[in-house]
Amino acid sequence: MIDTVAVNWTAVEPILPELLLISIGVLLIGCDLFLPRQRHLLPWLTVVGCVTALAMVLGAQFTTAFGGMFLADGYAMVFKAICLGAVILTTLMSEQFCRVIGLRQGEYYSLLLFSLVGMLLMASAGDLMVLYLGLELMALPIYALVGLHKREQRTSEAAIKYFLMGGFASALLLFGMSLLYGLTGTTEIARIAELIASRQLSANPALLAALGLLLAGCCFKIAAAPFHFWTPDVYEGAPTIVTAFMSVGPKAAGFALFGRVLFLGLPQLHDHWGPILAVLALLTMAVGNITALCQQSLKRMLAYSSIAHAGYALLGLLAGTAEGLAATMTYLVIYLFMNLGAFAILMLLAAPGEPRESLDDCQGLATRHPLAAALMLVFLFSLTGIPPTGGFIGKFYLLKAAFAAGYPLTVVGAVLFSAISAYFYLRVVRIMYMGEPQEVARLSFSPGMAAALGFCLLGVLGLGFFPGLLLDWTMAAFSAL
Amino acid sequence: MSIPLLSTLIFFPILGGLSLLCVPRQQTATIRTMALLVSLVELLLTLPLVLLFDKSTHVMQFTEHHPWIAALHINYALGIDGISILFLLLTALIIVLSVLVSWEAISDKVPEFFIALLLLEGAMMGVFCATDFFLFYIFWEAMLIPMFLIIGIWGGPNRIYATIKFFLYTLVGSLLMLVGIILLYQHGGHTFDILKLAGQPYSLKLQLILFWAFFAAFAVKVPMWPVHTWLPDAHTEAPAAGSVVLAGVLIKMGAYGFLRFSLPILPDATQQMLLPMLVLSVIAIVYGAIICLAQSDLKRLIAYSSVSHMGFVTLGMFALNQRGLEGAILQMINHGVVTGALFLAVGMIYERTHTREIAAYGGLASTMPVFAGFFLLFTLAAVGLPGTNGFVGEFLILLGGFERQPWTSVVAASGLILGAWYMLWLYQRLFFNEVKEGMRGLTQLNLREILTLAPMVVLIFWIGLYPNALLGFLHVSVGHLLDQVHGVGLAGVALPTGTMLHP
Repeated sequence: MIDTVAVNWTAVEPILPELLLISIGVLLIGCDLFLPRQRHLLPWLTVVGCVTALAMVLGAQFTTAFGGMFLADGYAMVFKAICLGAVILTTLMSEQFCRVIGLRQGEYYSLLLFSLVGMLLMASAGDLMVLYLGLELMALPIYALVGLHKREQRTSEAAIKYFLMGGFASALLLFGMSLLYGLTGTTEIARIAELIASRQLSANPALLAALGLLLAGCCFKIAAAPFHFWTPDVYEGAPTIVTAFMSVGPKAAGFALFGRVLFLGLPQLHDHWGPILAVLALLTMAVGNITALCQQSLKRMLAYSSIAHAGYALLGLLAGTAEGLAATMTYLVIYLFMNLGAFAILMLLAAPGEPRESLDDCQGLATRHPLAAALMLVFLFSLTGIPPTGGFIGKFYLLKAAFAAGYPLTVVGAVLFSAISAYFYLRVVRIMYMGEPQEVARLSFSPGMAAALGFCLLGVLGLGFFPGLLLDWTMAAFSAL
Repeated sequence: MSIPLLSTLIFFPILGGLSLLCVPRQQTATIRTMALLVSLVELLLTLPLVLLFDKSTHVMQFTEHHPWIAALHINYALGIDGISILFLLLTALIIVLSVLVSWEAISDKVPEFFIALLLLEGAMMGVFCATDFFLFYIFWEAMLIPMFLIIGIWGGPNRIYATIKFFLYTLVGSLLMLVGIILLYQHGGHTFDILKLAGQPYSLKLQLILFWAFFAAFAVKVPMWPVHTWLPDAHTEAPAAGSVVLAGVLIKMGAYGFLRFSLPILPDATQQMLLPMLVLSVIAIVYGAIICLAQSDLKRLIAYSSVSHMGFVTLGMFALNQRGLEGAILQMINHGVVTGALFLAVGMIYERTHTREIAAYGGLASTMPVFAGFFLLFTLAAVGLPGTNGFVGEFLILLGGFERQPWTSVVAASGLILGAWYMLWLYQRLFFNEVKEGMRGLTQLNLREILTLAPMVVLIFWIGLYPNALLGFLHVSVGHLLDQVHGVGLAGVALPTGTMLHP
């Protein structure tokens, strides 16, 4: 006779979305193994799971669970929503693209979900251990995803490169965390801030070294210069769908980690990390935008553009204010729609056996397929930051936040780089609309792809016309912290 | 007012444009007709504004006010005063004519063209109606997208270079203005309401920074010398409708921006920067005119003449007196009408000859007499012959300039002489001399084309003979604007005496 131990299930409540996603991930593996004929259901199962999780996240009570290790607050909610949104949109696009390029779909979706759970943990982490755990849980499936397309050589190269660089970044982060632990004797992020204040550690060189290591590790994760060198190769080598996902989801999770460590853990050091981030942000924009100018591959261009956008998003972070963080969150939401939208069009172009990733492949797209070209037009103008699209609103909040925080020159720099970026985005528009179509390749939209594009368009234009809702939401999320 | 007239003006063309998506692509005739109908209804919609407008007050009329982004105090705020109402009329008219002139000229991607044109109209209406700086910026930038496409897709051989240059020039200027707007927001009590932003005691240093930030956007759009170089390319390569809209409305927005923002919000800086602005204006007048003399390309010549004419506009504006300002606003309308008409005419002849080289033309007066008559009229109006509208505006500007700084008018007047020279010489080369090869057997203007040009003829004479029809709208609003500039400015900056001229 075994005594039943009373388990306090209510304690588990805050992590229910994560548990749900893990069980669906396992279920997906099972379905793939035992029901091979029903594989076409896998993406839909994934989407249903993510949507349910999204509903749970949005409806959840704000609490602190597991002794402060897991924070279910507004901040976490916004970032979780972004990551879930990224996975939902990616999954919707996946089915068609994987079929076209002949990618095995079985483990793909479960890897996506496991990575998603990692991201959710990162967003909710109140403790350095959970943070690191989430980070690794996110990163490991992505290493596999990048290399999923075994037959292609550059994919394997990208996977190896990403794995090595990612491991290196994790090591830097870990080193920084261990220094923090050594100085304060705790891994709880909020407690670290208290101890730094009470023991007046702000000027301690070891703490500054920890800050430096953490910054470097985080910059690796969000692909900010000068830690961006892995990005173009990995983004170009990975299957486009994975690139699309990586440029949004893990980047947002990286920002969640970044913000949590800086705002919750090291607010006293803002005098140090503010200016450093300002320089890094400008450098990132410079590298991203200027290098994108001379790319011949659309995919690689979008990779550099995503580097540049990390630079813009940093503007809110470096402000060190609630307003700034809200601006970064807002921007990431808008970026989710516009970047995935642009990648979706790139995926539409792909044909079996031909990746069609170069700029010339969209030559005359407006004549061949006016709708796809028009959608791409909207996404590109949004990425440039031209109203009335959401991209402008997002950029405006960032500029305003950085300006209010006292970085006017950084803002002027950001503005000039944004003007430079117009050139390469417009180049795509030019090629689509003003070039002669060379071949008549039919584009087809699967229902999932159509839905994903619809959501992206809705997001970009809807947030452009009614930006107040989103800003109120992110501001409220932060004030509840 | 229960009916939101201004919102209707903004969104009717946008929705009308999008409704073209419902028509199958192949039915180009239906699409054209629908576009024409939308633009005509839009023109009719401006009538109630004219009839109900109260000329005796400077306050914003037909106002609409709804919170838009509450957290940042951004409102959807619209309103017009005497300065903006004329531009609404001009815009509506110009778009109707642009649709007409594109009737046969545009044969590729027809629905996209008319959608772009109508979206452009909505955004332009928004620019002139917005009384919230943020909203203004949204419309201001949104305009770039359709214009970029119109030049880039349906333009001439060198269109891609031209359209990217146009886009980048304006974008850099606008983005610097955006930084200025944010700066103003920080110091102006966290509001974007231009009525509240005006009349606040900003420090002179801040005003100067803002003045140059706004200058970056507005001067590029006007365009003032030396940031005018995008204009000749854009004008030359744009399709006829694009040139007409550019010349007719788009470049007026720069000057409108000065009037609406720089002058009332930054009075001290305006006074301080008076002299540089006047110098730039005068340079633009003379430089533009001299360059015109050297042009061999028909559209390029008219484009450079725009630089010269817009120099007059900024000259009158920065004369900062009643006559100069009224002249400047009137001249903006005049320039829209006359240069718009010239581009319409050039578009029609280009459709027949497919060349812009002046040297290829000759003897058109005998082969296309009706067209020659119209063109002569437009030429004379561009030169500023008394009796045409061009005379009234330029005369007022010269008067205003003389009162401010006599030498400006003396130099600017030479621009008139040069203007007569290049325009009449152009007319001579196009229409007289012996009939060139390829100029024979051209079809006469058809009814649609005559109907396109006729409204411009009416306007040229109407404004020329009875300018008070338009000036009546301006008196009170311009007077109030001057009060704003001088009222605050007198305390800080010493002005030459005898400048307060308004009645």
